[in-house]
Formats: sequence, C-alpha cells, structure tokens
Amino acid sequence: MSQIAFLGAIEVGLLFALVALGVYLSFRVLQFPDLTVDGSFPLGAAVCASLIVVEVNPYLASLAAALAGACAGMVTAWLNVRLKILHLLASILTMIALYSINLRIMGRPNIALLGETTVFSPLENLDMPTYIALPIALFVLVIVVKLALDWFLNSEVGLAMRATGVNPRMARAQGIHTNRYILGGMALSNALVALAGALFAQSQGAADVTLGVGVIVVGLAAVIGGEAVMTTATVFRATLACIIGSILYRLAVAGALNADMLGLKAQDLNLITAVLVTLAMVLPGVRMPFRGKRKGGMTS
Amino acid sequence: MIEARQIAVTFNAGTPMETPAMRGIDLTIPEGDFVTVIGSNGAGKSTFLNALAGELRPDSGQILIGEQDVTGWPTAKRAGLVARVFQDPLGGSCANLTIEENLALANARGKRRGFGASVGTNLRDDFRAQITRLNLGLENRLGDRMELLSGGQRQAVSLLMAAMQPMKILLLDEHTAALDPKTAAFVLELTREIVAERGLTTLMVTHSMRQALAIGNRTVMLHEGRVVLDVRDEEREGLKVEDLLHMFEKVRGEEIDDDALLLS
Repeated sequence: MSQIAFLGAIEVGLLFALVALGVYLSFRVLQFPDLTVDGSFPLGAAVCASLIVVEVNPYLASLAAALAGACAGMVTAWLNVRLKILHLLASILTMIALYSINLRIMGRPNIALLGETTVFSPLENLDMPTYIALPIALFVLVIVVKLALDWFLNSEVGLAMRATGVNPRMARAQGIHTNRYILGGMALSNALVALAGALFAQSQGAADVTLGVGVIVVGLAAVIGGEAVMTTATVFRATLACIIGSILYRLAVAGALNADMLGLKAQDLNLITAVLVTLAMVLPGVRMPFRGKRKGGMTS
Repeated sequence: MIEARQIAVTFNAGTPMETPAMRGIDLTIPEGDFVTVIGSNGAGKSTFLNALAGELRPDSGQILIGEQDVTGWPTAKRAGLVARVFQDPLGGSCANLTIEENLALANARGKRRGFGASVGTNLRDDFRAQITRLNLGLENRLGDRMELLSGGQRQAVSLLMAAMQPMKILLLDEHTAALDPKTAAFVLELTREIVAERGLTTLMVTHSMRQALAIGNRTVMLHEGRVVLDVRDEEREGLKVEDLLHMFEKVRGEEIDDDALLLS
C-alpha cells in the first residue's frame, strides 16, 4: 500500500468515525436499530453542497447539514414513539423518503464542489501536502467530538439517555421521560452522521444522491469491529473503539483492494464489507470464553 | 394520603379474551401506613400496583396522591411522588451501568437533570456512605457493573435507590419473590428498617400470607379485582394465616384453591 493510499484510508476512516459515533448512539446507547443513516449521510452532503454553491459560508453550510440530520433523526424517532411504528421500519421509511428529499434539495443527482471554498480550503495554504494535512485536521475534529460525546454521556442527561436504552421501564420509574430522550438521542445521532456526510462531500469534491448506500453497514462495521479489538466497559473506551474500528475497517478494505494476489477490484467493496462485518460479529463470540462476560444481560 | 377511588381496568375489552383485572378498587392509605397486599393469581395485585405507579391508566376511577389527582399522569411525571422496587431483580436497575451510575439515576428521581457530571466526587462519597449500611461489601465496588451482583444484592441496592429521594408512597412489587428464603429474609428486614427509619408510606404486594402478616401495620386482600378484606393494627395483631383464610372464606363464601397462596 502506498503512502497516499494509506493516508487516504485514514482520512476516510476518520470521516466515518463520526458515522460510527452516531451509530453507537442509536444502536448501542439507545438500542434503537436505525437505518435512517443511509439517508441522513447524503442529506448532510446535499444540504451542505447546495448551500456552498450559492456562496454560503462552508462552516454555516456544515452546521445546517448537521441540523438537517437532526431533523431526520427526530422524524424516525417520532414515527416510533408517537405513531408506535417498529423502530427498524420507522427508520426505513425515513431513509426511503430522504432519497426523494435529497434529490429535491440538490435539484439534480449530484453537485460538484471543485473550486468552491470548503471548510478544508484553509489547509491548502499550509506548508504540507493536503493529503497529510487533511487527516490531521480530521483527527483533531474527531477527537473533539469524541470527548464532547464522552462528557455528554457521563452527564446526568446522558446517563438518563443510557438508562433509556438499557431499561426503559426502570428509567421511567426514575422520572426519565424516555420518549423525549429517544427523540433527542436520535437527533444527535443523525446530526453526527449528516455532519460526516457534509465533510465527506467537501473532502471528495462532490455530493451525490447515492452516497448513502451502505453507510449504515460501514458504521456498524466500525462499531462492531471496535468492540472486537478492545473492551468497551466505559463510555470513554466505547467511543474510542468506534474510532479505532472505523480506521481499522478502512485499512482492511484498502489492504484487501491493494493485495494484487487476491484480484479484488473496487466493485467488490460491498462484498468485502459484508465479509468483514460477518467476521467481526463472529470472532468476538469465539473469543468470548477467554474474556469474561460481555455487555448487558437480560433486562425486562 | 393516597386514595384510589373506584378504579377499574379491563384487559382486551370487547374481545373474547376480555379480562376485568380491577372492578372498582377503593383504598385509602393514610400517611405512614405500611400496607401489605395479598391475593391469588389474577386478583389484580400487580394491576393495582401498576395503576398507582402510572404504568397503566385505569379505564375509570381516580387516583389521588396527596391532594393531587394523578390519574392521567404518566410514570415519569409521577416519579417525584412514587418510588418503586420491582419483582425482577434485573428490572429495577440497569445491568450494564455501574452501581454508582444506578445510584445516580435514582438520586435524580423527581428532580431536573442537568449537564453536570452524573457521578461527582461528593456524590460518590455519599453513595459509599449509604451503601456501607447494607453490609454487603459493596462500598468498594461502586464502579462494578450492576450485572455482576447477585439477585439479593440487586434488590438491596434497589431498595436503597428507591429511598434516596423523598416520596409520597413506596411501592414494593413482590420484591422478595425471586430470592432464596435466606436472602428474602435479609431484604425484608432491610425493608422494615428503611421504612421505619424514614417513616415511609408503603404498599407491598406479596404472594405469601405469612409475610403479609409479619410486616407492616395493615393487610389488604384483593379478589377478582376488588378489595375483600382490610384489617389493620389491633385487629390484625395475632392474626394467623388460618384466621385470614377463614375471614376470606366468610367474605367470599367460597374456598381458596390457590396452592401458592396456601403453601408459601
């Protein structure tokens, strides 16, 4: 693997670490299997790109993308808690609806951002090549987001959100309005994912309505992969595992594609992903007897 | 004072599965009363408790806590007035959160939650002091996950959690039923201590007539969704399980055939 391919994998891995943190919030903290992600990722890209081409400040455009993602997450949560639609189905409905909405937002299937000012433009003036500066900038951002999330999940409100996921009946008995926490948590989760979409569009130079295909699987791959390589007993370690999992996943994919003897090509990406996720899900099970009890037992 | 006025609930109303779980329960619990509730399966004990907790909204009737009509309040809104210990030792806490995190959750019951650290140093010292009284050696295990505790330890911690903040009524839902006899006795003794020391108004559902008479100052029996027996203080003093059975048979004019009730 060349240095550029390696750094490219790190860069995309860090971008998708934001997705992984979002997926961790929904799947692990709230225990809400959320496929909205496949729609909110391109939603973030679409909102951000559409705003940037009409000369909106790229930071504002990225913020708007995150807010749009939050709205998408709240729609899914609302379908679930108010209309009592099964969480998985509710998220699929939002995801499908977002495909049309993203086309409407962009007015066409894709928007190129070449030559536009993005949040990454200042990096071009630095004394180092962009392919090095970009991963460093993303690394700082991801760490900041991770620490903010750690702080939040360890606060009283964050603890209430975790209780909502683990044992909603007990949470309600402690005065926690679980529906509100599901709405808030899903908003936060999809805001992170949409932000990742916005940054992805800006770093790749284009937003495309098909960007979202398989994002949820990549996010899950990162979460599960991270849990496979380290213990996640505390919030600090769990969020760290998301980031490490995301980077490892990208390196594994890049490694597989670069290994000439395997004869794999870019179109095999989804197949590789599925195989990697399957491996990550099975391997911890095999190792289980050697590392004691893993996460929560039954809760009623 | 807690007042249940003519509360009724029917499950699956209008279907062949229709089951009236409560057919107009009237019960007034003055402050400081410790009421034990007995009754056979399907008598409406759990349904009644769920209605008081807010998990279930009655079809008709009223529930008053203090002067407040809380009939339409959801569980979370009532949490400042009602504390609860569940039957299932796994049900009253969050298994994959630590002991101190569980205590912190209970410590914020009925209060506004903010963005400050959920478990600060002061709070941890306070938790350690409180949990020491259980004599279970948990004071050095505050950072352990709840799932590592035994059923009895969890119920003891759940009791402690329930009593952390003021309440109008403590609801105990057969909280010793899932424990072995020795542990059950320990948890029951702890219940007696905590209730006495804080002067809590308590409603305890139990499956065991013996237990119902051994604790508290008042015993209520439910049958087919109604209160059929209500004895307190002097009247209850010296009462034995057999006496209770006789009283029940006189009231209902029928024999009890629920083995669980007779044998436990």
